[in-house]
Amino acid sequence: MLLTLAPAPHFPIRSKALESSAQGRGGAAMALEEKLAAAMRAAQGGDGTAYGALLRDCLPVIAASVRAQGLRGEAVDDAVQDTLITLHRARASYDPARPFLPWLRAIAQRRAIDALRRAGRRPREVHDPVAYEAEIDDRPPPGQGLEARERAAELARAVAALPAGQRQAVEELALRERSLDEVSAATGRSKVALKVNLHRAIKALRASLAGGPDGRA
Amino acid sequence: MAARHTRPVDDLVGDLVQDLRPIRPLLPAGARALTWLAAAALIGLALACIAETADLRQRLATPDLRMAALGALLTAGTAAYAAFVTSVPGRPAAWALLPLPAATLWIGASGLGCLRAALDPAAEAHAQTGLGCFGFLTAVSLPLSVLLVVMLRRACPLRPNLTAALGGLAAAAAAATLLVPFHPEEATATDIAIHGATVLAVIALNGLAGGRLLARG
Repeated sequence: MLLTLAPAPHFPIRSKALESSAQGRGGAAMALEEKLAAAMRAAQGGDGTAYGALLRDCLPVIAASVRAQGLRGEAVDDAVQDTLITLHRARASYDPARPFLPWLRAIAQRRAIDALRRAGRRPREVHDPVAYEAEIDDRPPPGQGLEARERAAELARAVAALPAGQRQAVEELALRERSLDEVSAATGRSKVALKVNLHRAIKALRASLAGGPDGRA
Repeated sequence: MAARHTRPVDDLVGDLVQDLRPIRPLLPAGARALTWLAAAALIGLALACIAETADLRQRLATPDLRMAALGALLTAGTAAYAAFVTSVPGRPAAWALLPLPAATLWIGASGLGCLRAALDPAAEAHAQTGLGCFGFLTAVSLPLSVLLVVMLRRACPLRPNLTAALGGLAAAAAAATLLVPFHPEEATATDIAIHGATVLAVIALNGLAGGRLLARG
């Protein structure tokens, strides 16, 4: 079953919701910066647990940076691993008195540029220039993964904010695509109650997502 | 683009955590530049033992020679500082412009000295010193360049050629400063041309060879 939501209405650009969302994003970025900087300081002192958490927390930041340089697919994974290795070798060059994210992003961007240069140096043989030029690139455009992740995070937040019964109905019926019979047997709720809860949940989600910061449905 | 890293990123994170050792963050760029300048001063002290310091005071009494020596010294200091700053990820490449004012003073004052010497017929007597200057500048620049590259490798220069070229400028300027006690008062146009060519050669050599060494670091 697919969860379909109505298209969002247009909102004035400088709405309060948008401003509070921008503040929220700025606050989240600040919190991430502080968290990563603290973990890096601990890693410089030899704390392996903090270092492991730091490297894992860095993965989405590095992936976003290398994608922004135009890398796709396997090349993104390569550049992410190159960046992690450089981070490890260069960890003494991080100054604890300075922000961590610009330091990390500079390394990620450089490793992405190195990957692009390597790819550019690799000889390409084109037997049929017309077919080569006319070939459609079916890979996702840059930034699409990030937008999809943001949309998924937004939806997850909206689902989490639903009342327990409605949330259960959405998760089981819409997201896990289980049948009414299965969910009814598993939860002990009647099919009618599940249908009503799903209907209300979709209505509530439609309202909350349509009224989101950028009106995206 | 073929994948270069074939194992999962989680394995790499595990390996990097295993390899973690406590590490002391690098000293600030200013402190590292001062350390390098102190090494250059030690070479200067060693050379002072064989220099004819009796004439030095008289030479430094000439304004353009004094300004050229001051310009070279300031160029050495600012270029070394800029090299250390640009060796840290996330710091702007615009730091490479820092030595420009001092280099302008150095080149301008040297040019004035050349003009003064051109108007002085006695200057021709010293025209044969050019090759000696070339030997001196390269012999002093070489160990200073090597030391600087070794110190820069401890950081993570993401623009290795730029950082190494700045290091070359610092080494050449330091060598030119140390040349003052050995050089005759009247610098001819040939002298200046040889000095300029030697400095450019040291910068180019550092930018290429040093850049490769730093890129491997």
